[in-house]
Amino acid sequence: MTGVHLFGLAGAALVGCGVYGLLMAPGALGRILAFNILGGGVFLIFGVVARRGAGAGFGADPVPQALVITGIVVAFCATALAAALLVRLSAVDAEVARDGEKEKET
Amino acid sequence: MSLLFDAVLCLLLLAGALGVVATGAARAAVIAFIGYGLLLGLAWVRLAAVDVALTEIAIGSGISGVVLLRCVRALPATPKAPAPNPLLRPLAAMVSIAIAVALGAAVLALPEPAPSRAADVATALPATDLGNPVTGVLLVFRALDTLLEKVVLLLSLVGVWALSRDPACRGRPDPLSLEPAPAPSAFLARVLAPVGVLVGLYLLWAGADHPGGAFQSGAVLAAMGLLLVMGDQIRIPATQNRGLRLMLLAGPFGFLAVGFAGWATAGVFLGYPPGAEKAVIIAVEVAITLSIAVTLGLIVLGPPAGEERS
Amino acid sequence: MSALLVLAITAPLLGLVPLLLLGPRTGERAALGMLAVNVAITAGIAERVAQGGRALGYAVGGFAPPLGVGLRADGFAAAMMLMAALVLLFTGLFAMTGPGDMTRKVNARGSAGMPSTFFILLLSLACALNLAFLAQDLFTLYVALELLTFAAVPLVCLEGKAGQLSAALTYLLFALFGSVLYLLGVVLIYGLFGTLDIAHLAGLMAHGAGGWTAAAALALMSAGLMAKAALFPLHLWLPPAHSGAPPAASAVLSAVVIKAPLFLLVRLWSDLAPLPLAQVAGPVFAVCGAAAIVFCGVVALAQERLKLLIAYSTAAQIGYLCLMFPLAASSDGPWSALAWTGGTLHLVSHALSKAAMFLAAGLIAETMGHDRLSGLGGVGRLAPVSVAAFGLGGLSLMGLPPSGGFVAKVMLLTSALQQGSWWIATVVLVGGLLAGGYVLRVVVIALQHPDSDLPDVRECRWRALIALALAFGAMLVGFMPLSPLPFLEIGRPLTWESVLP
Repeated sequence: MTGVHLFGLAGAALVGCGVYGLLMAPGALGRILAFNILGGGVFLIFGVVARRGAGAGFGADPVPQALVITGIVVAFCATALAAALLVRLSAVDAEVARDGEKEKET
Repeated sequence: MSLLFDAVLCLLLLAGALGVVATGAARAAVIAFIGYGLLLGLAWVRLAAVDVALTEIAIGSGISGVVLLRCVRALPATPKAPAPNPLLRPLAAMVSIAIAVALGAAVLALPEPAPSRAADVATALPATDLGNPVTGVLLVFRALDTLLEKVVLLLSLVGVWALSRDPACRGRPDPLSLEPAPAPSAFLARVLAPVGVLVGLYLLWAGADHPGGAFQSGAVLAAMGLLLVMGDQIRIPATQNRGLRLMLLAGPFGFLAVGFAGWATAGVFLGYPPGAEKAVIIAVEVAITLSIAVTLGLIVLGPPAGEERS
Repeated sequence: MSALLVLAITAPLLGLVPLLLLGPRTGERAALGMLAVNVAITAGIAERVAQGGRALGYAVGGFAPPLGVGLRADGFAAAMMLMAALVLLFTGLFAMTGPGDMTRKVNARGSAGMPSTFFILLLSLACALNLAFLAQDLFTLYVALELLTFAAVPLVCLEGKAGQLSAALTYLLFALFGSVLYLLGVVLIYGLFGTLDIAHLAGLMAHGAGGWTAAAALALMSAGLMAKAALFPLHLWLPPAHSGAPPAASAVLSAVVIKAPLFLLVRLWSDLAPLPLAQVAGPVFAVCGAAAIVFCGVVALAQERLKLLIAYSTAAQIGYLCLMFPLAASSDGPWSALAWTGGTLHLVSHALSKAAMFLAAGLIAETMGHDRLSGLGGVGRLAPVSVAAFGLGGLSLMGLPPSGGFVAKVMLLTSALQQGSWWIATVVLVGGLLAGGYVLRVVVIALQHPDSDLPDVRECRWRALIALALAFGAMLVGFMPLSPLPFLEIGRPLTWESVLP
């Protein structure tokens, strides 16, 4: 067992954590976080693949490294869009609830 | 010794992830997530992927963390969504553990010696004059992915803006806080921002030959921009500002223009002019860093509040 | 190397510049212009593929796969691209600010002239779809799928209503879950083979290399694509998202957006996976497809709102493609080729007919002010062209001649009967009956005598003609001969030989 194997297993465990979070999270924010944990695990496994492919003078295969960088940015975009949607949704919901109460009062 | 370090790091990572997933309180979960991101960055260093480590810390943990913290602050304290049936918990746990075990087995079963493109990259890299192979893959060998990922970034900003109350998506995003900035944060902004901008520019400059590059640099510059906004040193720009939009477009469309120019100079789309590869690549990096910094900052600031009435 | 492939991906993006820098009217015209250019480019690609009888290729940056990223257009990809480009152009025309729109008083924003954000998203969709059809690298395809998601999700909530926002959030979470699963499969594939180029991988996998890990990777990627395509049982996000969006957005979401993951599913299992593995996976897909056809078909029958009915019908119709997998993976030469042609033709004809139906439903709802089926009695008098477009589009869903749906379903049925798959044949017929039920229900309501006085409005005629044109397109596909189409077979099996210099 080497460090690389350990990180591979950790990546697999992170994927498991993420799946659990997606299944059991109570709200959308929890699911967004779980999606990030899941993604982190997948990227870490890709990192293990890269490290195993070290050679030609490089400490790790550069192609998976570049793909992970692209992947992290895409995951950030997804997180940001989901968070913005969630904020807007809760604002609109609050408005609807306020209007409903006003109607009750009158 | 290093094996022990790796083992402790892996356990901490796992504990962090479990903390994020198991914590009921939204704010605590996000803070645990930021810590988890920093640990993940450390793991990337251990995997000899310093470029990825910088990206993970700057974007995966840093800017994502800011976005999520802002999101927590805007949400009501008590979520209305009911928690899933607790009886399902053992079932969900079993499914997750089964997936993790199967995946772990798959990772351990990967073939030895590992297939790799490192040799191909090493052969092709000298022609580009770049020292950092990851930058080579991002900007030369797989430039199409990188170009389109810039479009993804732009689109996610368009998606955030589309959530504005104003159908034309105009005006300025809401300020980060309603009160004027306290004196210490204005001071901090004035002192820290120049240093941060220098760090950002260094990361950009170094990226050609050493770890670093457009994304890491763009994230640092975006953070400095946000710091200046928080310290009331600069005003949040209005989304319809022509100059702002040019900065947003500079990266993806500057890159695209270089791609088209490749037809004239190298005979192929996204080819670089022979002899001047490095200069053109650095020019592309400068343009995309500018766009990344502006886009990331605006994504954090959120949708515009609509046209101001004067 | 054909530069047209690069232009197909980049030309739609160029339309974003005027939209973001110039005023909405100029930007909108430029966007429509670029959508027309996109049709011309894709038609050019299809024409060259047909003329040359072989696939077109391009190595981006001059780096051939596996180091670089390759683009490749075969008959199947060219047909899908042309279909998607036409649907996007027609929808763009439907959504533009029309001659009378500036003066006409309209209550809903979706009914006359869409905001310029809509056109930004439409152009991005064009780029994402062309990339999904052309890219030959599994990671570039991941980027294409993400581009597609980021262009599609904001379409759902353009009006910012609470229901739309929550539908968009659910859609986004499903799509992201799908992307992560897909990416996990890609990671395992790279770990096994050190390349992500489909043609290279097909060669490596043909001899059974990779073992169970390769099978698991393909399964993960397929599950991710199923979540993005809303394939049963991962379809729950689709009805609220597709029915809540403005009509022009619903049309592109239902007609073309879900077609990209379905196309990739076909690529994965007919071009990448080795035949023995495809024979194992085929029945699993077919069971999911059959469940989709029957379950979502029955739910569609029970709907009270027109747009929800059409959305459930989309979830049901996706199932037909999945029935194709076991039939096409058999070793029974001509009959498996017939099933493959049927499945792929179904993708094209469903796109045209579903776009027509969603646009028509939008016009009907605009005319009446609502889309409750119980209140639509007699709408045929107010919106005759829209109702005709709906009915003609419905022919394809029911599988009645003359329509593309008829040809596709007869091909699947024939192949199933010849191969002795009685249960698949039964599902094809039952699905046709269910579709007949829900389409005719709407048509009968529209043509009956109105219960109360109809409002004094008329449908927007030129928009209705656009919906009708799409419905005629779906009918035209129905005049194909009932045999494997040679054009769709051009460029299979995948290889870079004679495609790249």
